[in-house]
Amino acid sequence: MNNKTHKEPLFHISRKDTPVWWKRFGIRIIAVILALIVSGIITLLLTKLNPIDVYLTMIDGAVGTTRRIWALIQKTAMLLIIAVAITPAFRMRFWNIGAEGQVLIGGFATAVVMLKLGGKVPTPVLFIMMIVAAILAGAVWGFIPAFFKAKSNTNETLFTLMMNYVAIQLIGYFVLEWSVPKGSGQIGIINQKTQEGWIPSIGHNAYLINVIIVAVITILVAIYLNKTKHGYEISVVGESQNTARYIGIDVKKVIIRTMILSGAICGIAGFLLVSGQDHTITKDTAGGNGFTAIMVSWLAKFDPLWMVLTAFIICFLQKGAGEIATMFNLNLSFADIITGIIIFFIVGCEFFINYKIVFRKSEKEVAA
Amino acid sequence: MKKVLSILLATVMVFSLAACGGSSSTAPASEAAPAAEAQAEAAVSETAPAKDTEVVQSENAMDPSELTFGFIFLHDENSTYDRNFMDAAKKACENKGVNYLEKVGIPETNECYEAAADLVDRGANIIFADSFGHESFILQAAQEFPEVQFGHATGTMAHTEGLSNFHNAFADIYQGRYLAGVAAGMKLKQMMDEDSSVEPKVGYVGAFTYAEVISGYTSWFLGVRSIVPEVTMEVQFTGSWYDEALEKEAAQTLINDGCVLLSQHADSMGAPTACEEAGVPDVSYNGSTKDACPNTFIVSSRIDWTPYFEYMIDCVLNGQAIPADWCGSIETGSVVLTDINEAVAAPGTVEKVEEVKAGILDGSIKVFDSANITVEGKPLDSYMADVDTDPNYEKDTEAVSDGYFHESEYRSAPYFDVMIDGITTLNAMF
Repeated sequence: MNNKTHKEPLFHISRKDTPVWWKRFGIRIIAVILALIVSGIITLLLTKLNPIDVYLTMIDGAVGTTRRIWALIQKTAMLLIIAVAITPAFRMRFWNIGAEGQVLIGGFATAVVMLKLGGKVPTPVLFIMMIVAAILAGAVWGFIPAFFKAKSNTNETLFTLMMNYVAIQLIGYFVLEWSVPKGSGQIGIINQKTQEGWIPSIGHNAYLINVIIVAVITILVAIYLNKTKHGYEISVVGESQNTARYIGIDVKKVIIRTMILSGAICGIAGFLLVSGQDHTITKDTAGGNGFTAIMVSWLAKFDPLWMVLTAFIICFLQKGAGEIATMFNLNLSFADIITGIIIFFIVGCEFFINYKIVFRKSEKEVAA
Repeated sequence: MKKVLSILLATVMVFSLAACGGSSSTAPASEAAPAAEAQAEAAVSETAPAKDTEVVQSENAMDPSELTFGFIFLHDENSTYDRNFMDAAKKACENKGVNYLEKVGIPETNECYEAAADLVDRGANIIFADSFGHESFILQAAQEFPEVQFGHATGTMAHTEGLSNFHNAFADIYQGRYLAGVAAGMKLKQMMDEDSSVEPKVGYVGAFTYAEVISGYTSWFLGVRSIVPEVTMEVQFTGSWYDEALEKEAAQTLINDGCVLLSQHADSMGAPTACEEAGVPDVSYNGSTKDACPNTFIVSSRIDWTPYFEYMIDCVLNGQAIPADWCGSIETGSVVLTDINEAVAAPGTVEKVEEVKAGILDGSIKVFDSANITVEGKPLDSYMADVDTDPNYEKDTEAVSDGYFHESEYRSAPYFDVMIDGITTLNAMF
């Protein structure tokens, strides 16, 4: 571009080097503060409520009691495991948006075993069968789109999306078929009296085992991605399939293997949701977490350990937002607006971390 | 690693602030123990659902301001179904001077249990959930918190569970639907009198092939047929309790199929809107849709939950047991019709409806009269119903005696699931 002959635009955007950690951190803090100010103003204008009260209520809703803290931890754990599950696929640029379906089918497999074999086989056997069924179901749901991607280069985004609907309809059918009472379209809590196939509470804590399992899986996946040959292969395939082929990586094999892994972990998530939380299966069991997990994974730059934080922030906002609706008798949509604004700022600030805005004033170079 | 630590530290700091700020707003612990003790003594093995609303005033009654009533709603106020509960809940709490708490948009998952437990933490002495699928989660909470009373609409389990703090409630809504059917029959008769080419065929948008829905559309149909004996009906199911698009589509299917008048048992505005667009008269459910559909709305039947909520409050205030299963009626003020839309309804509808209502009240009219019902050409003189819920759908109770089907008498939630002659289900897979 020639400065002398052409008039430069008022500003242009260019990529910059990643700033040092404290700058990145600072930008994000500023984003959150701005988000709180903006949603505060909107709250004041629309509801005439004191924004500080609203925020305090939000915090109270998320962590106000021991029970709420545990509910928040459990919610975070469930979102985290799904985010961790889709990450290997995302690292290889395989846009798997089928986590919802993979979780549901894993949960469904768990529920079928609980329903049909609960009380008929010894409890340890039952648990092994539930877990195996869940992992297999999730893995199959991951394998099918990966197989067609590898063999005929089908579009994985559409394929995995469609697999969600297959899972949802399958569950819809069987839930109706097995509904209690007849025709009501719900199974109800499975083995409510015997608690057969329920992940047991430790002390009074129903969620502790779930959380430990999720923590272990998160660490294992982090190690798998960062420290093993498989993890390296995934990264290379993600960067460039041609490079991967050039250095002798079997790309098809990596795609299929990674998606089976993704699906299997989603299956475990389904198992935890059914056996450790809901004790039933409905079309809502995954509750949209399969999609929210994409945001969690992305915000954390596909790093499983950072996902602990991003999953936590999103769950915190969701829990807190629900409380606003309850305490101030506001519609749930208002809570969604607040959550939306905050997430918008958090996502949006990434722009200022990766890019800089250069204004028309060319004597001085803007420092990078 | 340093980054992670610093962020964790920051979050912890925010939390500790939050914890301080939060504790001040927490309500004091509940004082419902006497009520629970009284209930533990009460027998819960009644076979018939209770109907009374009178509560003996106790001398050491609780002060209403100490009582908190927590509600769990499936959707928000945009659902006609939940709206009906919300209005009643707020009214009952206001009338009785008790504290009101609500949780909206609670799905039929573990979140329902979490919501109930959270309401307990906030000091709720009574908790009520409005959706059928909430039941097993409410039951779970009831087992965990014996000192709190739990109520649930449309459920089927309380009369066999034997928990002193878990209660089902419903109402004789089939009678209300029958009355609404009479109003629809009057309209159909008028349409046929005015234009001899009008076919006597009505349509109904149902949710699932579940007893509550079958009982609802059959009673409505019998109401229509009491006026127009040659009428037939088609039912289209949606497979969902709340899906505006599906309900609208189902209504359009019925209209295209030649149904000249519609009603529905599904919770959104889908069917009424489709009727308004097509100019087809409609009987809605759960409340008036007159504002949105001024040219087609005839009347709506609904359950007014205010009497039950007030009854629950009185019971707890006076330390009296709430029956395991309660069924409201026209007498208790639980089964009501909205105002009839004179602009659409046939002349004389109001009088006719009043006349039939009087007949129901004095017992001379039975909605499910065996004389009016045939199944595959045979009269309905015996029917084993599945009253005690079990996974094998075991038919456990003879429901037909004295010449009629005894609906909502052995359990408040409907169990009439007979497919009678004159009604065609278009898609019975749900």
